[in-house]
Amino acid sequence: MNEFKSKILDLLKEDARLSPAKIATMLGAEEAAVSAAIDEMEKEHVIVKYAAVVNWSKVDDEKVTALIEVECSPERGRGFESIAERIYLYPEVKSVYLMSGAYDLCVEIDGKNLKEVASFVSNKLSTIESVISTKTFFILKKYKQDGIIFEEFEDDHRLLISP
Amino acid sequence: MIKDVEKQPEAKVRETGGGMKKYLTAGARAIPPSGIRRFFDLVSASKDSSIISLGVGEPDFVTPWRYRDAAVYALEKGKTQYTSNAGMPELREAIARYLEERFRLSYDPAGQILVTVGGSEAIDLAIRALIEPGDEMLIPEPCYISYSPITTLGGGVPVGIETFAENGFKLTAESLRAAITPRSKLLILCYPSNPTGAIMTYEDLLPIAKVVEEHDLIVLSDEIYAELTYGPRHVSFASLPGMRDRTIVVSGFSKAFAMTGWRMGYACGHPDLIGAMLKIHQYTVMCAPIMGQVAALEALANGMEEMHKMIESYNQRRRLVVQGFREIGLDCHEPQGAFYAFPSIRSTGLTSEEFASRLLHEAKVAAVPGHVFGKGGEGFLRCSYATSVAQLTEALDRIGTFLNKIRLF
Repeated sequence: MNEFKSKILDLLKEDARLSPAKIATMLGAEEAAVSAAIDEMEKEHVIVKYAAVVNWSKVDDEKVTALIEVECSPERGRGFESIAERIYLYPEVKSVYLMSGAYDLCVEIDGKNLKEVASFVSNKLSTIESVISTKTFFILKKYKQDGIIFEEFEDDHRLLISP
Repeated sequence: MIKDVEKQPEAKVRETGGGMKKYLTAGARAIPPSGIRRFFDLVSASKDSSIISLGVGEPDFVTPWRYRDAAVYALEKGKTQYTSNAGMPELREAIARYLEERFRLSYDPAGQILVTVGGSEAIDLAIRALIEPGDEMLIPEPCYISYSPITTLGGGVPVGIETFAENGFKLTAESLRAAITPRSKLLILCYPSNPTGAIMTYEDLLPIAKVVEEHDLIVLSDEIYAELTYGPRHVSFASLPGMRDRTIVVSGFSKAFAMTGWRMGYACGHPDLIGAMLKIHQYTVMCAPIMGQVAALEALANGMEEMHKMIESYNQRRRLVVQGFREIGLDCHEPQGAFYAFPSIRSTGLTSEEFASRLLHEAKVAAVPGHVFGKGGEGFLRCSYATSVAQLTEALDRIGTFLNKIRLF
């Protein structure tokens, strides 16, 4: 990844709605060069999607999020690939990571309520053949996600005018 | 004993009546209230939360957590005492190494570096140590607002030297020469400049150094924005041939390290000058606060990466703002340092004061009228771009709409 592209990513990560023209001004570059770099990164799936970061606890129809530690036995020749795929294809699964340490896969799942998550674990996840065990942890409150702090706080304490 | 009594100057007869002002010294009476303060009161009085302020002279970053954490830890460990008057030896050593690496300045931490309560105290100490009643202080303007009042307070005479947008607000040898009299003693240089964003390169400084030598001047070089340059790297005046002993370099942690509230600055120079400043410092403030010194030490030891990230971010916003002003039809010389743009509002036919007041009331954008920064500031507006991209974009939109409105009439 060249420096130019990584600077573009830094800006888009903060505000995905910045136009190529504005990014070009901020980086002292040509707009065409910025657009081309963004196109390339979209094609290469470096930029996967432009999505809003939502604080769901502010939305009326609340939902629950759980992290599930999954221990499973890898398949010969394919390791954890096919079992990970079987898990991530479920739409309610938000993320799946292969972990080092005491367990193998970390699965993040969204559900309308506790019951829904419980039913996913018992009916879908645990029934997969190579899954040995699961441990489910419910997220009680999100303070920070992807570098963004969710708590509302006065972040500018400066005097309005100073020398 | 009798001789001593005879030496006493005659007591002045105080005027009677008229409140308490008669007790004030001539200096305290002479200095005007800060023009920025007046504008601050105006903005605060409006209590309008929709106002976007481009009038802030400090970073929009909170001090990086790493530096804050070092100070918190030091407090937990009970570091709550005085330090050596000149500042913690480790900090002075770190400052010496830093100045050597970044600006090729070499100072002995024992005797040539003094840690102060902000760059402001260092400026005060230098002027107090060097200016006697009648001495003239040469001040290129527009400039930071403290130099002239502090000079006046000590009975000195501030002599403003106007600089111009056409020259990128740089001081020229000719205009310096024209301002020099037999009473000229101290020249202040503040580059990168608050409020203009101007810088002076090695080639720009060389002829100034020649004049300084010819006229036997001392230079107070306020280099608080030294790290914040966006083209050529900052050149310290003290690094010019023959200027090291004649120059007091003042800098600090407020701007580049986002540590304004900690009040951490320093001065470096010839041991005779720093020694005199140290005497005043030890009798007046004793030492800079220890928590700030610990945080500053951490900033120098492990915090350069954070600093560089902040500088990159200012640079992005600088480009955005300069382009923005030009697009809405305000001339704006390209600031190459600090975090201020200084667009000209002369095309509107309004004075800086009128423009800034109307902009505040009609467009809800606060910026500082240029005239408060001295000669050459009239017709300009100081806009700090140390604020979020979203706010800057909105402020530029509002200024553009305001300009269209006043140009119609």
